[in-house]
Amino acid sequence: MARYIAKRVLMLIPVMLGISLVVLILIDITPGDPARMVLGAQATQEQVDELREELGLNDPLPVRYGRFLWSVLHGDFGTSLLTKRPVADEMLERFPYTLMLVTLGTLLSVLIGIPIGIFAAVNQHSWKDNAAIFLSLIAVSMPNFWFALLLIRFFGVRLRWLPISRVAVWQGWILPCATMALGLAALIARQMRSDMLEVLRQDYITTARAKGLADGRLIYRHALKNAMIPVIMVIGGIFGTSLGGSLITEVIFSIPGLGQYIMTGLYNRDYPVIQSGILIVSALFAVIILIVDVIFALVDPRIRLQYTGKAKRKAGKQVGKETQAIENF
Amino acid sequence: MAKEILLAIRNLVVKYHTDDAVIHAVNNVNLAVKKGETIGLVGETGAGKTTIARSILRILPPHTAKIVSGEILFSGRDITKLSEKEMCKIRGNKIAMIFQDPMTALNPIETVGFQIAEAIQLHNRISRSEAERRACNMLEMVGIPMERYSEYPHQFSGGMKQRVVIAMALSCNPELILADEPTTALDVTIQAQVLAMMQSLKKRLGTSVVLITHDLGVVANTCNSVAVVYAGEIVEYGTVEHIFDFASHPYTLGLFGSLPKLDSRERRLKPIKGLMPDPTALPQGCRFYDRCPEAVRKCSQTAPGEVEIAPGHLVKCIKAKGGAA
Repeated sequence: MARYIAKRVLMLIPVMLGISLVVLILIDITPGDPARMVLGAQATQEQVDELREELGLNDPLPVRYGRFLWSVLHGDFGTSLLTKRPVADEMLERFPYTLMLVTLGTLLSVLIGIPIGIFAAVNQHSWKDNAAIFLSLIAVSMPNFWFALLLIRFFGVRLRWLPISRVAVWQGWILPCATMALGLAALIARQMRSDMLEVLRQDYITTARAKGLADGRLIYRHALKNAMIPVIMVIGGIFGTSLGGSLITEVIFSIPGLGQYIMTGLYNRDYPVIQSGILIVSALFAVIILIVDVIFALVDPRIRLQYTGKAKRKAGKQVGKETQAIENF
Repeated sequence: MAKEILLAIRNLVVKYHTDDAVIHAVNNVNLAVKKGETIGLVGETGAGKTTIARSILRILPPHTAKIVSGEILFSGRDITKLSEKEMCKIRGNKIAMIFQDPMTALNPIETVGFQIAEAIQLHNRISRSEAERRACNMLEMVGIPMERYSEYPHQFSGGMKQRVVIAMALSCNPELILADEPTTALDVTIQAQVLAMMQSLKKRLGTSVVLITHDLGVVANTCNSVAVVYAGEIVEYGTVEHIFDFASHPYTLGLFGSLPKLDSRERRLKPIKGLMPDPTALPQGCRFYDRCPEAVRKCSQTAPGEVEIAPGHLVKCIKAKGGAA
């Protein structure tokens, strides 16, 4: 298992190289000039040219790429052109907010989505399943920002129960998390339901039923564990993507998170912010997918066996014993 | 010879409801299994054999399948009227089932040992370690070394998986085993092993068996009596000797006729012509009418009743009345 993880971590290196190259090329072909953005509209063309030279923007692409990699390898993720502060520092300051939002949001959606999915699957062919499906369809199709505005309007403005843009107090997290969780919970519920139905159709569930297991144990011990495998993948994917992409929620509720940071960077052509920001966020994503894969292996022995390679079985010895046992009949 | 009757099925009717049709899977089936005896259910795919077996355990697919009428008496108690909770005490404990496809019958993410021990612990008031010990014994009994207790189904071959399924079914010493084509998915050498094993275990434990199979050879070797199932009905029923020597229903004769014979010079196999009637629209008269070589006009109009052509040998055919009375 440790070897597998090490291998996967090593595989991250080419992936990260590729991502940073693509980002650099994309930046290169996107119109806009960071020097102009920094100096403002009143600056003369000479000043702008001077700054471009100073920032190394006129160097050819391979040189810029090499320079970026070199500094990243030395732990330097560059300095924001606008704020003049190290990108790494700024991201570290913002990371806890995004992590908080994404963790709470995902947790909430898991806590809502999984029971609803199980409930719907177990009550298939009844109005309960139809109701759950209908509600989750609405939740999935409802735009995030619109739901956020509804929440703000109702709980924030009319009832004045919850603050709408103060994450300094814990109550401030409720609305953003609810916004995030709505669609995701519905997504998880639908995934859970379909996987659960699939598993409940399997022969081994009938076998378990024929053993005399009652419904409760049948569903929670035998069916749920099998059905969870694809659901874990979806949850991991959601968690990973949200780390870099919970932008709408962050903007609406004024949460100073990573999504907002990178978006501002893009808007201002703040090249170091874009380059390092995307690199770090994608590294985070890759690490989370790796964690999901490890969880997979823990749940599913078939996958685990692939990782551990040669198991402790001594084939020859045991086959001999088996044939002997058969002959004894 | 008067052995106690363990299981009696009376006028069992099972229907499946799909979106646009009702499938008449089992129609008025009567069956009796005596203690320690093996009864074979033979017939084509889709004849309703598995449905009969699953009705006995009440593990038909929920929502779609329904036992419409009839009784299933097991040790005198009508299974169709028991609550789900009482049913759970019977399943796996008094009646156990061996499934057709060992490849899919085991939970892929639990160890085989756990899956056996789970059944044992469920029906006996014993500690976990005691259940594990008994599960190990069961594994050894079916010829799997107990060191493999904590391995997973994908580490076993098909034949070994089927032995695990059998170990699971036998683990609580059931009074009745429903074996649903236990050897169909296995290759021939393993088939023989599995059957021999089931036979010896049956003898040792004195269980009754309902054996579902296509294979008449298996029936001849292992069963005491045979029920030939066609389109959800038992068309012929009797002891193995009687059925093999005095088969009377044209369908049974067709089944025997479709076996290839080594001593004849025929080049082609002789299948029964045609297909089983659509179970959503069963014909009014005899269900075998369309395929029967001896059909007369009356067959298409009235369904034949049961005729006892010899003691204990029942045939559902109008010809039988005149022929052997």
